[in-house]
Amino acid sequence: MTANTWTIAAARDALKKGEITATDLTMACLTAMDAGDALGAYVHKTPEIALDQARAADARLAQGDAPAMCGIPLGIKDLFCTKGVPSQAASNILRGFRPEYESTVTTRLFEAGAVMLGKLNMDEFAMGSSNETSCYGPAVNPWRIDDRELTPGGSSGGSAAAVAGDLCLAATGTDTGGSIRQPAAFTGIVGIKPTYGRVSRWGIVAFASSLDQAGPMTKSVRDAAIMLGAMAGHDPKDSTSADIPVPDFEAALTGDIRGKKIGIPREYRIDGMPAEIDALWHRGAEMLRDAGAEIVDISLPHTKYALPAYYVIAPAEASSNLARYDGVRYGHRAKLSHGDGVTEMYEKTRAEGFGHEVQRRVMIGTYVLSAGFYDAYYNRARKVRALIKRDFEQAFAAGVDAILTPATPSAAFGLGEMSQADPIQMYLNDVFTVTVNLAGLPGISVPVGLDGQGLPLGLQLIGRPWEEGDLLNHAYVLERAAGFVAKPQKWW
Amino acid sequence: MLDLTYEAPKAKVIAGAKHDWELVIGMEIHAQVSSNAKLFSGASTAVGAEPNSNVSFVDAAMPGMLPVINEFCVEQAVRTGIGLKARINLFSAFDRKNYFYPDLPQGYQISQLYHPIVGEGEVIVEMGPGVARRVRIERIHLEQDAGKSIHDMDPNNSFVDFNRTGVALMEIVSRPDIRGPEEAAAYVAKLRQILRYLGTCDGDMQHGNLRADVNVSVCRPGDYERYQATQDFGHLGTRCEIKNMNSMRFIQAAIDYEARRQIAILEDGGTVVQETRLYDPDKGETRSMRSKEEAHDYRYFPCPDLLPLEIEQAWVDDIAARMPELPDAKKARFMADYGLTDYDANVLTAELDAAHFFDEVAKGRDGKIAANWVINELFGRLNKEGHSIAESPVSAAQLGGLLDLLGDGTISGKIAKDLFEILYTEGGDPREIVEARGMKQVTDTGAIEAAVDQIIADNPAQVEKAKQNPKLAGWFVGQVMKATGGKANPAAVNDLVTRKLGL
Repeated sequence: MTANTWTIAAARDALKKGEITATDLTMACLTAMDAGDALGAYVHKTPEIALDQARAADARLAQGDAPAMCGIPLGIKDLFCTKGVPSQAASNILRGFRPEYESTVTTRLFEAGAVMLGKLNMDEFAMGSSNETSCYGPAVNPWRIDDRELTPGGSSGGSAAAVAGDLCLAATGTDTGGSIRQPAAFTGIVGIKPTYGRVSRWGIVAFASSLDQAGPMTKSVRDAAIMLGAMAGHDPKDSTSADIPVPDFEAALTGDIRGKKIGIPREYRIDGMPAEIDALWHRGAEMLRDAGAEIVDISLPHTKYALPAYYVIAPAEASSNLARYDGVRYGHRAKLSHGDGVTEMYEKTRAEGFGHEVQRRVMIGTYVLSAGFYDAYYNRARKVRALIKRDFEQAFAAGVDAILTPATPSAAFGLGEMSQADPIQMYLNDVFTVTVNLAGLPGISVPVGLDGQGLPLGLQLIGRPWEEGDLLNHAYVLERAAGFVAKPQKWW
Repeated sequence: MLDLTYEAPKAKVIAGAKHDWELVIGMEIHAQVSSNAKLFSGASTAVGAEPNSNVSFVDAAMPGMLPVINEFCVEQAVRTGIGLKARINLFSAFDRKNYFYPDLPQGYQISQLYHPIVGEGEVIVEMGPGVARRVRIERIHLEQDAGKSIHDMDPNNSFVDFNRTGVALMEIVSRPDIRGPEEAAAYVAKLRQILRYLGTCDGDMQHGNLRADVNVSVCRPGDYERYQATQDFGHLGTRCEIKNMNSMRFIQAAIDYEARRQIAILEDGGTVVQETRLYDPDKGETRSMRSKEEAHDYRYFPCPDLLPLEIEQAWVDDIAARMPELPDAKKARFMADYGLTDYDANVLTAELDAAHFFDEVAKGRDGKIAANWVINELFGRLNKEGHSIAESPVSAAQLGGLLDLLGDGTISGKIAKDLFEILYTEGGDPREIVEARGMKQVTDTGAIEAAVDQIIADNPAQVEKAKQNPKLAGWFVGQVMKATGGKANPAAVNDLVTRKLGL
């Protein structure tokens, strides 16, 4: 077993005890990264930065003042702006873009001693559920059936593939409608989307500002607790960031959930849900009951409107957020013909720079905000959003501590399998996760079992706002009870 | 304090070929907020910097950048609202106005469509003594300015300068209460005066820091009253908006042209098309910029990067408690406390610096005399030389000292003008100058008497004539004044001459 397969917690302890240096740990990950190109996880490797950071981490470790993430090698989703390092949201329109600034999240991680191995693949502008909309081509799931290549999910597909394939110890992800939790479930890892406002959005390329939230993608619940603690906190540069203290999330992992009330929302039992998923959900509930929690049926009546509302609000915000990619100041600008004016520059630049899914969502967003349709679409979606939020508030007010649902309606599917399908088929991947973004709640995906074909399946726990510690503790109990230790067979 | 009451002015009537028409005008004024930093980025607002030097990552709309509201700009908007007697909305929110243009890096302007920070207020626009239009303010909202496109630097390329991008603007929206070109210009002037008093906008129209979009329509006499009674815009004509006016003179000319253009169309049996127009000052006409059909669909929606702006009443109260005296109140006080005429009070309150100057000169003195000296002597002289009050070589204390010497009879009126000239060109303390240069008025009757006796003795022929014609006594007075270098008290000289000539 090599160090790249370790958890953050294990590596932290080994580093502190001097059993390994950050440099050696980083070298192990760099080697695994280079050997893992077939996974398409990394789109830009930064070994020099990694080794510099590792040496600095070793110096801090030697001084004995090392914070939790000191010397921990991470992959960073391409959506995060990293100073001097290509950051292009897996889009051709940002080809060659190297920011002059560092996102708040990566700044915090680096200040805590973390090491950046490189930038990770993703769906273009985080729009997709299979990593297939990336301008770099798809990331590939380390798990596969026979020789069939599967999606690692999306949009944080590169992050999920890198963590599950041990090409890093952990990775950053972002989640607008399920982009951390769905790929985590598809690859058998842990992914948490924190409460909206817990983690700064400053320096993260925006998709849908009112829904976007960054979070860790890790090999264990404990790792998620450690890494979230380093990422979270108030940032005056993000007006939507909450000025509330960050508790010690790891300390919340007591493993004791006796007397807690777990809600099972009946509306999540959707038509055509595979029996395996339903069975897994039942098993998960039993595990929590066995740990001393009370299982209650709850109703979240507006759930069925969540997906349509999400696919109005997210594209609406995206259509505006992506207007800045116009070829004027940075990124791609189309070659113009003689006589072309500014309109042609916009049209050609954006037609060349944006992929089809991004174009589709920009068009949907433009449509739902346009005069005469605003009330019927955008305003109605906002009202639905308020109702969905209220559903959760009422459940929590009735004493529910956490809500258990499936993370995804299926296991990982084959790359290319959905490309001919109606886009709505792809959007259905988010059916269990978008409600959490719409309500601004924390949600975590935990691997709980394998399906009949041997692919990982996850369950989602949804917590009270700002109670990530309590949520992580529930996830920790579920993780321990499930005893999920399966690893993909290395084929790359 | 005196409360000024006004009568409403008559609406401007334009005689068409067939019948009379009236104008209905509403305005949107864009006033740049006086602030050192931009509305959402903290970058400097300093003018005259190298192009693209006052540009933060936020202003350039780099990926992942987020806006953070500048509290001082909010305070300035609140102060402006209080100054216009407007409702301050403790809850307001920002929206995005989406459109593509190279000088708009974000691809949207952050503005306040649905929940502006300031609600309904008013501006009293004086059109003559006792005559004023009350123009209702509908709202004031905060928004970002755009950058500047430069099309004349290169034959093939355009350039953009983002220094102005993101600078805070207040858009001050009036109701259609303005009834003529002169009123429109007077409204802008009054608003500008109030903003300058408040220190919330420097009012520099030449640099575009205050600019107006003017909505003009025409209607038949009586229609406007029907609109007022019902608030139904159906009684009014179709309006055209003239964009981006930054001169009072052009505003008047553009409105006048536009009204006559619309009247000509209507009298010809046509219909006015709602559209945006531009004024061409060289040709003196407006021309179509874009029609309603070509109008942008701005796709306004709440800006998800900013939480709603919630302010405390106590904070608003604190700003209100620190309000300066505004033009209307100052004018009323000048009239009540100093006995000024309406005209003089207007002149002296037009600019805050001048009003402060006058206040200092007039305090504890005769206000009317102070006003005469400030307006006629000082302003007259400054205007002739193209100087502002801030550049005045004579301070309020110096002019006040002069008035004290004049008031207590130390110097005569004629000497006072000489003294003013000395103060203006050489400076110095008025009392010291008068002492040093022997400019004191002679009230010692002995000295004056000797001078009178001497003149009478030297001019026997004139004495005879004067006895025939007492009006000639003035000649003796003049001679005595001349002999005493103007310092003799004219009244004392007059008395003595009359007595000695036995008139």
